[in-house]
Amino acid sequence: MSVAPIISLQDVQFRWPGRAGFGLSVQQFELARGEAVLLLGASGSGKSTLLSLIGGTVLASQGTVRVAGEDIASLPGGQRDRFRAEQIGMIFQQFNLLPFGSVLDNITLPLRFAPERRKRAGDVQRAAAGLCAALALPEGLLTAKAATLSVGQQQRVAVARALIGTPPLLIADEPTSALDETAQGQFLDLMFQQIRAQRSGLLMVSHDPRMADRFDRVVEMADLVHVERPAA
Amino acid sequence: MILRLAFGSLLARALTVTMTVLAIALSVALFLGVEKVRTGAKASFADTISGTDLIVGARSGSVQLLLYSVFRIGNATNNVTWQSYLDIAARPEVDWIVPISLGDSHRQFRVMGTTLGFFEHYKYRRDRGLQVAEGKLMADLFDTVIGADVAQALGYQIGDPIVVAHGIASFTEHKDQPFRVAGILEKTGTPVDRTVIVSLQAIEAIHVDWQSGAKIPGKTTPADQIRQMDLTPKAVTAALVGVTSPLKTFALQRRINTYPEEPLLAILPGVALQELWGIVGLAETALLAVSVMVVITALIGLMATLFASLNERRREMAIYRAMGASPRVILGLLVLEALMTTLLGALLGLAMLYLGLWIAQPLVDSAFGLYLPIEPPGLRELGVLAGVIAAGAIVSMLPALRAYRLSLADGMMVKT
Repeated sequence: MSVAPIISLQDVQFRWPGRAGFGLSVQQFELARGEAVLLLGASGSGKSTLLSLIGGTVLASQGTVRVAGEDIASLPGGQRDRFRAEQIGMIFQQFNLLPFGSVLDNITLPLRFAPERRKRAGDVQRAAAGLCAALALPEGLLTAKAATLSVGQQQRVAVARALIGTPPLLIADEPTSALDETAQGQFLDLMFQQIRAQRSGLLMVSHDPRMADRFDRVVEMADLVHVERPAA
Repeated sequence: MILRLAFGSLLARALTVTMTVLAIALSVALFLGVEKVRTGAKASFADTISGTDLIVGARSGSVQLLLYSVFRIGNATNNVTWQSYLDIAARPEVDWIVPISLGDSHRQFRVMGTTLGFFEHYKYRRDRGLQVAEGKLMADLFDTVIGADVAQALGYQIGDPIVVAHGIASFTEHKDQPFRVAGILEKTGTPVDRTVIVSLQAIEAIHVDWQSGAKIPGKTTPADQIRQMDLTPKAVTAALVGVTSPLKTFALQRRINTYPEEPLLAILPGVALQELWGIVGLAETALLAVSVMVVITALIGLMATLFASLNERRREMAIYRAMGASPRVILGLLVLEALMTTLLGALLGLAMLYLGLWIAQPLVDSAFGLYLPIEPPGLRELGVLAGVIAAGAIVSMLPALRAYRLSLADGMMVKT
C-alpha cells in the first residue's frame, strides 16, 4: 500500500444538495506520496468542494475518492473523521485557530482525534515546541492565546498544527492570501522546508500562479474539474 | 484538553454567557428560595405548638378544635365543664394540664383566659418557650399579658388600660372591669402574638354581672367585691395536656374520647396540624408552580443563547471538523457547554440563596415569625440542582442538533 498515491480520484461526481447548489465532476487525479501540487483556480471553481471531497466531509455520489489507498466512502462516518485526522493536516486561508485556546492547544488539537498520529508525535509538547522553532515562531509562544498572535504567526501555527505527528498529506486552502508578499515568501519557505523534511504530500489551492515554481506540479482547476451549475 | 477549549470558548463569549448564567442562577435561587419558604412555612406551621401531647375540647372536629384552641380562628361549639377538666387533670397519665378559656375579644384580637402554666408549657418551634419582652406575667386579677402583634398594632405600653369586649366583634364591652397591660411577649410567629392573655379567673370576673351572654341591667359589682368572690370557672373552652410518658398519649386520648360524663375530644396537635396544612397548603403548590415556570424560562433563555451563538461559531466548528472531530463531538461540545453554563448557574444560584438567606433570615423571622433554617443543601435541593442541570443538557439538544446538521453541511469549509 505504501506505493499507492496519497490522493486518488477516479470518475468522481458530486452535487451539493438543494436547487441552488452546483455539482462537479473529476475524471482522474492523483497525488503521489511526498509530492507537492499547486491547484490553480479562481474562486468559485469548486476548490472548496474538491477539498471537502478529499477530506471526506462530503461524499461523492459516483466514483471513488481514495486517500492513502483507502476508499473514503467505504468508511463509516466516525471512522472517516478519525481517518481524516490521522492522514491529513489542514490549513485554511485564515482564522485557522481557535482564538480562545493556547497555541499549544491549537497545535495539538488534531492529535486529540488521531491516536496514531499522537503516537508518532511522541512527546507532544516537545514536538510542538520543535515545530514552532522550525517555523521561526518565538519561543514561549506556546502558552500564548492564539488570538494575540499576528496573522502571519497564526498561519505558521496552523502549519505546525498540520505537520504535527507527520501526517502523509497536507491540504492548504490559499494559506497565504491573508499575508503580504514578504510574509508570503517567508511562510512558503518555512512550510516547504518542513514538508520536505517530513516527506509529506502537499495539495495547495491558490489563485496566485507566482508561487508555481516551488511545486513539483501545477494543475489548473479548469483542466481538472468540470463544474456544473444549475440552469437558473 | 477539549474541556479546556470548551471552557475557553465560553470565556471568549463571557458577556452573553454571564447573562445566561445569571438568569439561571436567579431562577435557581428563586426556586430554591421558594422551596425554602415553603418548607419553612410548613415547619413554622407545624411548630406552632409543640410539647403539648393532647388538646382537649368539646366534641367537634379535630381541625376545628385545633383552629380555635391554637389559632384562635372560629369558635368552640361547646365548653368543657370544670368538673370534666378536674377529672382529666386528676388522671395519672397527665403530667401537666393548662386550661384555656376563649370567647372575648379586645379590638381585633382574641382574649384568652389561662393559668400561668400556659407560659411554662406552651412551646413552639420544638422547645422554645414564651418570653416576656417587657414587664412581667400577670400578678393581679386584672393584669393582662399581650402578644407582640397586639402591642405593636395597638401601640400599647406597660401599664396601659385595656377594655375587653364581650364576644367577638361585639360592641358590648366589659367596661366595668378594665385590665392593665402587665407584660408584652416577644414575637413568636405563632397565634400567641395576636392574643390578649388574662387569667382564667379574670374571665369569670368580667362575667360576674352577666347572664346567658347579656349584661344584667343595672347590676354592677365593684372590682374589690369581685376580688372576694369565688372565681372558679364553671367551664373552660379547651385544655392543653402533657403526658408523663409519650407511650401513654394514646391511652389517655382514648380515655378522654370515651369519657362517659360529657362528649369530649382529645387530639394530637401534630396530626391535626398536618390535616390542616393539607387544606391551607394549596398555596404552596401554586408557589411551586410559579417558580418551576421561572426555571423553565431561564432554560429557554439558555437555549436561545445557544442558538444565537451557533452562527458566530460555525468557524470554530469547521476547525474542529477539519481537525478530525466527528459531528457527534460538535454535538457533545454544545451539550457540554450547556452543562457548564447550567452548572455555573446552579452553583451561583445556590450561593445567592445562601447569601439571601443569611441576609433575610433575621428580618423574615422578626417580621413574619417565619424561621428559615440555614443548613447545607438537602437531598431535595441537590435533586433540584441536578434536575436543572439535566434539563439544561436536554434543552441544549435542540441547538446542538442544529450545530450537528450545520457541521455536516459545512464540513471543513465555511464560506465567510
